Amino acid sequence: MKRAVKNTLRGYLFASPWIAGFVVLGLYPVVMSLYYSLCQYDVLRIPQFVGLRNYRELLFQDHYFYTAVWNTLFYTFIRSPLVIAGSLILALIVSKAVRGVKFFRTIYFIPSIISGVILSVLWLWLLNPEYGFINSALQFFGLPGPLWLIDPHWSKPAIILMSVWSLGGGRMLVFLAAIQNVPAHYYEAVEMDGGGWWAKFRNVTLPFISPVLFLWFILEVIFSLQVFVEAYVMTKGGPLNSTLFYNLYLYNKAFDDFDMGYASALAWLLFIIAGIITFIQFRVSNKWVYYSGGAEK
Amino acid sequence: MRRNRRDNYLIMGLMTLIALFFLLPFMWIVLTSLKPEAEVFSRALLSVTLHLDNYIKLFDKIPFLLYLRNSVFITLLSVIGVTLSSSLVGYAFGCMSWRGRDFLFYCVIATMMLPMQVTMIPVFVIFKELGWLNSFKPLTVPMFLGGGAFNIFLMRQFFMTVPSTLLDAARIDGCSEWSIYWKIVLPLAKPALATVAILTFMFTWNDFLGPLIYLSDKAKGTLALGLGQLAGQQQPEWAILMAASVLMMLPVIVLFFLFQKYFIQGFTMSGIKE
Repeated sequence: MKRAVKNTLRGYLFASPWIAGFVVLGLYPVVMSLYYSLCQYDVLRIPQFVGLRNYRELLFQDHYFYTAVWNTLFYTFIRSPLVIAGSLILALIVSKAVRGVKFFRTIYFIPSIISGVILSVLWLWLLNPEYGFINSALQFFGLPGPLWLIDPHWSKPAIILMSVWSLGGGRMLVFLAAIQNVPAHYYEAVEMDGGGWWAKFRNVTLPFISPVLFLWFILEVIFSLQVFVEAYVMTKGGPLNSTLFYNLYLYNKAFDDFDMGYASALAWLLFIIAGIITFIQFRVSNKWVYYSGGAEK
Repeated sequence: MRRNRRDNYLIMGLMTLIALFFLLPFMWIVLTSLKPEAEVFSRALLSVTLHLDNYIKLFDKIPFLLYLRNSVFITLLSVIGVTLSSSLVGYAFGCMSWRGRDFLFYCVIATMMLPMQVTMIPVFVIFKELGWLNSFKPLTVPMFLGGGAFNIFLMRQFFMTVPSTLLDAARIDGCSEWSIYWKIVLPLAKPALATVAILTFMFTWNDFLGPLIYLSDKAKGTLALGLGQLAGQQQPEWAILMAASVLMMLPVIVLFFLFQKYFIQGFTMSGIKE
């Protein structure tokens, strides 16, 4: 009995750094954030309780809010499938046992180690309409290049292009691992039936890796909703608010306007939006995700 | 047989093309950083003479060494804090049995679901009340408090693979829990520690939002902040900007080639960025 008490005390002692952090930087802030979202609060004065006013203003008066939601959803729903499809194709290509394939895998992965500010600054230059790499390359093939970050229609696709470049190789390795786990005899069965590569992909590879694909669809959406640094560094939300993403708007409200109550309400709405999308993904998943353990349905 | 061979060549060709897509941008950037500013706006790939002027001029544009020192300080402290505390907490969850353990571990998992925007503002207020704004404390002290849910999870998963007979034998021999952690389990956990360390390095070295919120004093800036600042100018000087980016990328790339395995492990488990 005494031993068990001692063990428990020791357990709490070892876990105490996390427990302290959880209480001070987790639980308490969540409660306060909820409270702030019901207040007018500029950090200098004490929060003034205003009830649901922030939420009402956001939903019914603030057209920037809807611009930010639209931009972020556009970004999320175009980027996530593109990144996943692109890296899946890459994974299929490098899953072939040809000479030098390991070398190519490493090359494809390299851009994945660049992120955040560096990535944004590099692409600010690569996307320069007149002297950047992308348009120079397009011109080399005789294609006209768009104005990218300067054109409100092309600014979001420009940032999406950048993320495909920077994420493709990393996700490729994730999917490659999944593809390599598919038992070979299933492919042999398709071959015996005279099926080609498409039949193999459609009937064997895809079902087998669908749980991994599903997981990364969920993660990809959550990551995409967080987009911030790219817009802050590259466009500041412009041109014409075409890259005013949700978290950039939240940052502006919180740390430029010091409207902390309003920003807290924004944070909770984002949490709700992310929750809804994830919920829908789970609901749709039993239509296409196959668990080979037999736990489907 | 011949058909197979042709297919292989096709795949090799395709792979080379894709490699160009991933690599040429890097070449472009390095070449830009080696051009005189006047030649940046010309389509000539290479300047007649490669010159390193931009790498020197950079030091007049931003206090590069100061920023470097700040970045290294924050990054180093974070890596130490996260590896130490996440392994300690991971040990408690993975190797010890105690009442309330499973419930608290669910809490760890639950915090992963919560977006940081929700806690960001109250946490800012706390640090402001403590008078920690414009110091490195808001960026480093939290790293010693468990080091983040994901890292705890990762360490715990690794510790679960340590045979419990080994731990029990050590306990029977009178080893204290601390020395089992420090002398037996931690040395075994080097691969997991390396992965956590690399993830933390990548995060803090590139972190922009944290320094942006907490370090408004120019003398406290980090490299990431300085680079963003340099890019935000009305007329960016591209050659210098690219030189700065290359310098900031360098440690990441060197580390990547030294510790490829752990980079890949970290990435495939977490997605590193964002």
